[in-house]
Formats: sequence, structure tokens, C-alpha cells
Amino acid sequence: MPEKTMRDAINEALHQAMEQDDSVFVIGEDVAGCSGSGGDVGSVGGVFGVTGGIYHRWPNRCIDTPISESAIVGAAAGAALVGMRPVAEIMFADFIGVCMDQIVNQMAKFRYMFGGKSRCPAVIRFSAGGGFSAAGQHSQAMYQVMTSFPGLKVVVPSNAYDAKGLLLSAIQDDDPVLFFEPKILYQETAEVPDDMYTIPFGEANFVREGDDVTVVAFGQMVPKTAAVIDTLGEEGISCDLIDPRTTSPLDESAILESVEATGRLVIVDEAPPRCGLTADIAGLAADKAFSSLKAPIKQVSAPHSPTPFSPELEAAYLPDAEKITAAIKATLA
Amino acid sequence: MSIPKETLLHAYRTMKTIREFEERVNAEIMNGQIPGFTHLYTGQEANAVGVCTHLDESDTIISTHRGHGHCIAKGAEVSGMMKELFGSSEGLCKGKGGSMHVADIDKGILGANGIVAGGPPISVGSALAAKIRKNGKVAVSFSGDGSVNQGTCFEAMNMAVVLQAPAVFVIENNFYSEHTSINYAVGCDDLKARTEAFGFPVFVADGADFFAVHEAAGEAIAHARAGNGPAGVFAEQGRYHGHFVGDPQAYRTEGELEDLRENHCPLKNFRARMAETGELNEDELDAIDAEVMAKIEQSVTDAKAAARPTAEQVTEDVYIQYNATA
Repeated sequence: MPEKTMRDAINEALHQAMEQDDSVFVIGEDVAGCSGSGGDVGSVGGVFGVTGGIYHRWPNRCIDTPISESAIVGAAAGAALVGMRPVAEIMFADFIGVCMDQIVNQMAKFRYMFGGKSRCPAVIRFSAGGGFSAAGQHSQAMYQVMTSFPGLKVVVPSNAYDAKGLLLSAIQDDDPVLFFEPKILYQETAEVPDDMYTIPFGEANFVREGDDVTVVAFGQMVPKTAAVIDTLGEEGISCDLIDPRTTSPLDESAILESVEATGRLVIVDEAPPRCGLTADIAGLAADKAFSSLKAPIKQVSAPHSPTPFSPELEAAYLPDAEKITAAIKATLA
Repeated sequence: MSIPKETLLHAYRTMKTIREFEERVNAEIMNGQIPGFTHLYTGQEANAVGVCTHLDESDTIISTHRGHGHCIAKGAEVSGMMKELFGSSEGLCKGKGGSMHVADIDKGILGANGIVAGGPPISVGSALAAKIRKNGKVAVSFSGDGSVNQGTCFEAMNMAVVLQAPAVFVIENNFYSEHTSINYAVGCDDLKARTEAFGFPVFVADGADFFAVHEAAGEAIAHARAGNGPAGVFAEQGRYHGHFVGDPQAYRTEGELEDLRENHCPLKNFRARMAETGELNEDELDAIDAEVMAKIEQSVTDAKAAARPTAEQVTEDVYIQYNATA
């Protein structure tokens, strides 16, 4: 099977969805690029290159916009309400701050407020997460915040294979989907089939299987945690590593069944701890698997702080192998 | 309008400082010394300096992701900025903010800003404070041609008029919002008219010409300072670098950058004007060049030797005071 980067896998999914369904279109800042200039229109393909080549094949369905995030999300939501399948790009997840109303008060709630009489099959893609020394306004995960809003489906792929299958599911889904791409993983490769395939929402992936501890991780923390678990395996500690892949819907039963088997739970996410996914899943286990627990649940997250700029500070901020290892061992102490 | 010699010397020194700061930052990024995302101001020096020569320390500015020039023009210390870009804990923002968040509140610099059009509403707040305090201060927001299409920019402009706040909106048109031409991204043909339709005057200047920006900004700032409500400045001048360092700049036409550097250079224009009027002689300007080069060199030496932050500093300065239970 061919190896592809996450960037190329997502790009391929977009091309295939556009080929298959002409109600799919791409919209956002520089998704074509160079519009109105004397240069090569379409040659940018998004600042991370994820929408590359789409404009050249479908110039009418690859739409550059002004820097106007509210209008981008609103336009996607409106087009979806009348039957299109837009895939909008918001350059950085942090810019949700600019377009929050259109996401949470508008598209998330149409169907419910309209008594189930509407569909809003829009996908909003974001680059997300830290690791680039990009500081407080270009490093946030944000998916943990958006997971709290009923009406939105939230996807966080951790590898190229999942990214392609999950994006194709997102585009086919009739509800609004927020698709968070951990930007530190764009260059990471995995085996990705050339053909179209989908990965259902709400179905976790068991990245590793083991008996001693259940570890749940999200996004860029999945490969980091997998490496830790492989090292611990050499010490005779074996762990389940669960990547939920979608945080809404969440595959609760996969997590609970694993916790019931191991009796120990560690949750790893790059976002700050308060009202986040580590607390969410700790709460789930405390509520529904309490009698199985043999040790306190451990949460590994960033501290309650914005993302710092300096590389040393960011390295101390993001969960690392040392902290993940310590948390897993703490449940076994 | 005659400009005092001291102001001319200051203006040239500041523009040259910005130029050499940016070119050195570019080189240090290529050397792998400066992390993160960096957006350079080279070529647009006259905008920042033409505006800020009308301001004193207690007037405020707010800036953009392309903020180094504004901060230097408003008096930010170059060495502290360089340390910040290198990620040192001795930097102006203790290594927490980096290039996109350089700030010095004591000098009226309310920060570079990583969100397009994040600044104008905040600047209206500073202007409103000046109005309430009746202290004659003005609040300047710098923002780019991309910012004028954000709702926050529209809201700030309208509210400044409603509140009659002494806000000055400096719109720097460098012709590209990231990789997209202003010809595409601004839907109307006359951005000046669109902006003036909010209800305040807009003064236009060639951003390659310090004297033109100085004059236009002088009118706008005088208008706001006199209690007549907000005003705008449009300065048109291309940037010499990409949107960010590393941008392949596919939107440029052949020869565009060469033409910018050759024929639209605020420093060259300033020197030509001085040669014509005789207000400053070549020796004076050359001396400033040497002084600036030494200062930038020293700032890099200092930045490389400066203290690095430690892990416990991550959670410092999130709040002034926070009584966590854990």
C-alpha cells in the first residue's frame, strides 16, 4: 500500500469527494491562492498546502475568500442548508475566536431549532495544535471546546489513514462536522489506500492492545503516546491505547470496556485541563466504570495556561514522553 | 510643512533601525536561530515612522502580525525585541509572545496581534479612555489591507464614529492579504470611499515616502486629537518579503520585487529628499547607518547570550493572582 503524508491523504480525499459529487466545494483563505494577482492563481492550495491542485481542476468549486472567517463559516453553513456540501477551511483553529457565532449559535443549532426540518452538511477544516512555537493565537487545539456544543460533530485524526477515511465520512455526513487537523502531523506518513474509503464516526481505534492500563489519547498525542507504550512494553507493562478519532460522537463503550478489563485509566491531550477531554473521559469512567477502577485516574494535559512562544516553554507546556510515562506508572504504583 | 532637524534625524534613524532589524531577523531565521512564524515589515518603514513621529509615549498604538516596525517606531527597545524573537526569558514579553505578540504597555504599545483585525476594536477602547479622561491622547491602530474585510474592523470603525472617540485607523495596503490580491479581496473599487462612508475622513499617502505619510498622519491625528472623532490614514506600499518568512510568493509578477526594492524604497527616497533640500547631509546619514548597524549587531549578540526560560515559567503571568485549589 502506498505511503502518504497526512497532508496528501486529506488532499486526496478532497479530490475524490469533488470528483464524485459536484455539490462539494472548497472555500477559504488562499485555498486556491493568488486570486486577483498577476501570479499563478491556484498555486497555493492553502497555507499548509492541503487544498493543492483543486483549483486547477475545478476553478468554480475552489473559492478564495477575503480574510473574513465569520463570512466563510456562514457561507458554508448557508450553502449547506440549501443542499451543497461545502468544505470550508479556517487556517488556524484559533480563528474560531473570530467566527464562533456562526459555528455555535448558527450551524450547530439549525436542525434542532428548526424542529428537525433542516440539514447542514457542512465541513469546516482547521489546522490545530501546538509544536511550532507559534504562541498564543496560532497553537490551540480548540476541539475540546467545540466538543461541548451539541449539534456539532468533531473529528481529530491522528494519522494519514484515518484522516482520509474520516474526511470522506465527514463530507458524506448530513450534520455539520468540524475537522481538526493536528498541523504537526501533516508531514507524517502512513499507508493510505488510493481508493475511497470511509471510517465511521464514533468508532475508536485500538492503536495498541494490552492488559495493564487503558490509555486514551487524542490527535498529536496518539503517536507520542504509542511510542511511550512501546517503550513500556519492553519493561513488561502492556497498555490499550485508544484513539477515539471523533470526540463527538464519542465511542464510550470502547473506553469503558477497556477500563473494565484493565482497571486503570490514563487520558492524554494537548489542550489545557479545565473542561477538556481528559476531564470528560475521567468523568465518564468515574460515572460508569467506578467499580472496575483499581487506581486513581490520571490526566495528562497542558497546564492551565496559554501556549507559550519560546521553544523551551512550549516543550514544557505540551505533554511529553516523561509525563505520559509517569502517569501510566502512577496507576500501577 | 517644515520638519525640525531632530525629527528628521529621528525618522531616518528609526526607519533604518526597522530595515536592519528586519533584514537581520530574516537572516537569523534562515540560520535557525528564531523559531515560530515571522512576518517582516521591510519596505513599509515609512508608514510606522511617519505615523509615530506624531505620537508621544502616552498615545497608544496597536499593531498586527507584521508588527516589528510599529513597535520600534513607537519606542520599543530593539534589544528587548530581539531577545523576545529569540525566545529568551529576558525578552520584552519574557519569551511568552514572540514575533507576533511584541508589546510594551509602558510605551503605549498595546501589542502586535496574531489575529487579522484583532487590533482595531481594542484601539477604540484606548481612544474611548482618552475621551473619558479628556487628556488629548489618541489611539492608533495599524492594520493591513486584509483587515478591512473583517467584521471586527467594520464594527470598530462604526463604533468609533458613534462614540466620537479619538481613534486613528491606519490601513497599510501592501496589496496582498497573505497570498490574495487586494484587487480580489476588496469588492469595491474605492476603498477610501467605502471607509469614509463610516463617517470619518481618510488621508491617503504613498507609503514609500516618509514625508507623504507624515503629512497624511499629521492631519488624521490632529483631527482626532482635536476632538473631532476618528480619522483614517491609507498608506500604500508593498512589502519586500513574503507574507511570512519562507513564503514562495507565487502571487508576484516577474520583476515586481526588484521594482519595489529599486523604485519604492522609503530610505532611498528619504536620502534623495535630503540631498535635494540639504536639511541633512550625507555624513550625518552615513553616521546613523553605522550606529544602527552596530546596534542591531549588539542586539543579536545580546539575544544569543540572554537567559533561556525554564519550565516553571510556563504558568507564570497567566493571571495577576489566582488561588488555585490544586
